[in-house]
Parts: sequence; C-alpha cells; structure tokens
Amino acid sequence: MRRAAIKHRPLKWYAGRTFIHAILMLATIIIGLPFLWMLTTAIKSPAEVAMFPPIWWPETVRWDNFVKAWNTAPFGRFYINSIVTSVSGVFLEVAIAALSAYAFARIRFKYRDFFFLVMLAAMMIPGQIALIPNYVILAKLKWINTYQGIVIPHVSSVFGAFLLRQYFLSVPSSLYDAAEIDGLGHLKTMFYVALPLARPVLGTLVLYLFISKWNSYLWPLIVTTKQHMRTLPVGLAMVRSAEYSIGPEHLMAASIFVLVPVLVVYFIAQKQLIEGIAAGAVKG
Amino acid sequence: MSKRQLKTALRQEGVVPIRMTRRAKRDMFAFLGFTFPNFFLLGVFVFWPILYSLYLSFFKWNMIAPKKTFIGLDNFQTMFNDPVFWLVTKNTLILAFFTVVVKMAIALGLALALNKNVKGRSVYRAIIFSPTFTTSVAVAMVWGWIFNPNFGLLRVFMRPFGIPPLDWLESVTHSLPAVIIVLIWSGIGYDMVLFLAGLKNISLEIYDAALVDGVSPWQNFWYITFPLLSPTTFFLTITGFIGALKAFDIVAIMTDGGPLNTSNVIVHFLYQNAFQWFKTGYASALALILFVIIMAITLVQNRLSRRWVHY
Repeated sequence: MRRAAIKHRPLKWYAGRTFIHAILMLATIIIGLPFLWMLTTAIKSPAEVAMFPPIWWPETVRWDNFVKAWNTAPFGRFYINSIVTSVSGVFLEVAIAALSAYAFARIRFKYRDFFFLVMLAAMMIPGQIALIPNYVILAKLKWINTYQGIVIPHVSSVFGAFLLRQYFLSVPSSLYDAAEIDGLGHLKTMFYVALPLARPVLGTLVLYLFISKWNSYLWPLIVTTKQHMRTLPVGLAMVRSAEYSIGPEHLMAASIFVLVPVLVVYFIAQKQLIEGIAAGAVKG
Repeated sequence: MSKRQLKTALRQEGVVPIRMTRRAKRDMFAFLGFTFPNFFLLGVFVFWPILYSLYLSFFKWNMIAPKKTFIGLDNFQTMFNDPVFWLVTKNTLILAFFTVVVKMAIALGLALALNKNVKGRSVYRAIIFSPTFTTSVAVAMVWGWIFNPNFGLLRVFMRPFGIPPLDWLESVTHSLPAVIIVLIWSGIGYDMVLFLAGLKNISLEIYDAALVDGVSPWQNFWYITFPLLSPTTFFLTITGFIGALKAFDIVAIMTDGGPLNTSNVIVHFLYQNAFQWFKTGYASALALILFVIIMAITLVQNRLSRRWVHY
C-alpha cells in the first residue's frame, strides 16, 4: 500500500508543480507586461505606435525618442528638484526618527508612555486632511515654490521612529550600561552604540523613505506652481496635459526617466526591501 | 525630628512629591530635546490641521481673500444635498471594496503557490512585488496607454473574445473599473509578501498533525491555514481599505474623476474643490468627513481585532 503511494507520487507531484509554475508565470507576465509595453512603445516610430494589432519590437529602435522627450520639458531641472527634495527629506526624517526612537527606547521620563501614545495617534490621521491647512501655513511662511515647502511638512516620523525604537530596545542593555559607565551622554550613546547596531534596519528605512519621497505626487503638485520647481512626477503629469501635445512614444520615454532611479534602487536592494516590509508590517 | 528628616519622611510617605534627582532632571531635558523636532512638526503639520480644518469648515473662503465669511453649518448642508458628494462617496466605497477583496484573493493564491518552495521563487517574488515601489504617475501613464481604445494593449486581449474596442477611460460605466484594475495590479505584490510572511509563521507541526489525521488539502486550507492567517488578513483588509479611501494619483492622471464624476473619489474631489475651484470651506468639510470615516474604521479595527483574530 505504502509503497504504491510513494511510487505514484512523482507524477502527481510534477503535475502540481507545473500547475503552480503556470499560475506564477501568468501572474509575472501580467505584472511585467505594462513595463515591457512602456519600453517598446518608447522606442517605436510614430507610425509604429499607431498600428493595430501592435508590433512588439520596432523595425529600427528609436533611441532618439528619449532625447526628444527629455527636451519637451526641463527634465534636467525636474531631476535636480527630485534629487534635492528626496535626499534632504530622507536625511531629515531619518535624523528625526532616530532621535525620537532613542528617547522612547532609552531615556527615562515620567510621561514617556503618554508621549508615545500621542505619537502613535498621529499615524491614524490621514495626511489628506492636512492639505489645506498646510498650504495655508506654507503660504504664510512664503514657502510655496520652495524646496523647504516640499520637504519640511513631511519629515515628521511615526513609522520610522516606531521601527527604530523596536530595534534599539532589542539591543542588549549591557551595551548601553557600558556606554554609561564610560561616561557617554545620550547623544554619543545614540551615535556610537545604538545607530551602528541598527545599520540593517536603518538601511531599509532609508531606501523605503527615498522611494516613497521620490514617488510622491499630491503634495509637490500643490506646493509648486512654477515649472522650475516641479519634481519629476509632477513634471511628467504636466507634460501629458494640454500645454504640450506629445505622442505616446515620448510620453513612455519620459515615464522611463522618472522610473529608472526607483527601479535601479529596487532591483539592487529588492531582497532587503521586501523582507524589511514584511518584518516591519508584521511587527507594527 | 529635624526639619530635614521630616521632609524626607513626608516625601517617602508620598505626602510631598519626591524632588527629581539631578539625573532624572537631565534625562527629562534630554527626552524633551530629542523628541522636540518630531513633536513640533507633528503638532504643526498633523495635529493642528485637524483643528484648523474644523474651523475652516464653518467658513466660506477662497484661500486668497483676506476675509473669511462665517456661514455656520452651510458647508455640511451643501455637502449632504450635493448629489456629486454622494456619487463620489459611493465610488470611493466601491473602489475600496473591490480593490481590497480582489487584490487580497489573488495575493493569497499567489502566496500559497510561492510558499511551496518553487524554483525561481525570489524572481517571481521580485517581479510581482515591483509595482509596489513604482512611481504611481508613471503607472497611470502606461495604463492610460494600455486602455487606449485604438492602439492599446488591452484591445489585443479583448479581440479574441469578440469584445468590441472600448474607450474605458471615457466610459461612464468602465472608468471606475479601469482605476480599480490599476490599483489591483499595483497592490497585489505587497499583499502577497505579507501573506507569505504570515504563512511562514504557521508552525509545520500543525500540518504534520493534520496529515496523520488524513485531512484533505482543501480542509487543510479552510481549517488550518486560513484561520491561522487571520491576523495578516485582518491587517491587510484594514490598511488596504484605508489606503484605497485615500486613492488620488491614479484617478487624477488617468481619468481626472471623469467622465461626469463617474470615477471621482473623495480625495480627488477634495483636491478639485480646494485647489481648482478654491472652495476652501467646502473642501475642509470633505476632509473632516474623510477623517471621521478613517477614525471610525480604526476604532472598529481595535474592537474587532480582539474578537476575530485567532493567534
């Protein structure tokens, strides 16, 4: 009886495996096709774009579509704006998160738990509620169309502070005691003990924040009215609108400019990012 | 008893508060200093806006004029009498419901498949997860082109089934489903990765025990896997629903809420009112409604998670 069961297993097993791979491949194709479609459209000629049924690969690859797309709008400037706002935003947010996380993990204070609850409460408040008030504040500060206007309202940190606090708490307290005996103050303990040990989670946080700041659309859209202050996603959206009329091949080429940095970061660090997301969300 | 001894005794009895030691004082200042930047920014850009939105919702104001006109509850009255508001609310709920349910069902299926230690697991995972981090504006651009009625990719797949070419984004019946499709496409990977993490947490011993009892694969899923995944399912339902209520980017770029508001959603309607039509008071009232809905969901979540989730 038992032997027969074992003998029959391979065939059934292979059938099962094939079925699983078929499903996964179908999903991968459905997810991947839009990316491929974007790329092949970006290298077609206008005539090839307007063909039905569409061809998958153009007769001659039109790399100059990228040059034309780049010149339809000040994409160089958009790039600089995106880099400046994303990088400075990540830097500030991580610094703010680390300071709060250290305070909540290691500094004794009577009302610490109360402050912690206040911070967590902020996580429940949807950012969309703040659009008008924040715009009014920025207008008062004369920060519309400035880098600080794009960056500062979004560098307070709840998720990052929470994540780092968990990590700081998991460091053996003997290490902190040693730092204290050596006469290190809180700031130095944070820099020389807590942060170096948190390097893996810090790296994931930096990448995650960079990508989300790079991709953000609604807030930069609201606080930039002048073309030279637009970030890449806002600039890309504007290119499509009525002020320009560009063909799908140029629109897809421009979309690729916007995506490339994010996709590069993602494919280099995908394992770390995926596992970080899974761990962070489950704990959070 | 000297005065000093008396003081000490009273402090120990808790009659007089114990004075802070030097160290406690130093720690207090350190704590306040370390957390100040965060709380200052949260106060200005997160907490204060709630009060200010409430205040603005009682006024008629175009954001530019120096004077705001007090109109009491008129904004709310207008809102509840505005058919567009109800249409937009209905669209938002339909969008959230279908996006969350379909996306989670597919993601769970894929997670179960990937959990079988298949070859090429990390490649499948990396590709299926990639839309999570893809710039939403670019996603909307390429999908807008896929939905193109004449030369779009979708038409290629519709043709063999004899479905006539359709302008999804200009159709009163199909623009909202188009947005939902894109949101599902973008969100499957995230849900799948979380389901995978949830599956990893289920101990294999339970399945071994079930094997001894001769349980079928289907029973395995319904009586073991699914109940034990309930923390993940619950988390994804709530965060997915709240996330979908805040949808903006894809709608703004693909359909601009049209045609005739059939794909308009709350946040986009709020944006139009505030920053295109300058009805600041009305938009603030909308923001408050969104806030109340999200708070209600969060509170219900806190209640229900104790009852539904089996750890």
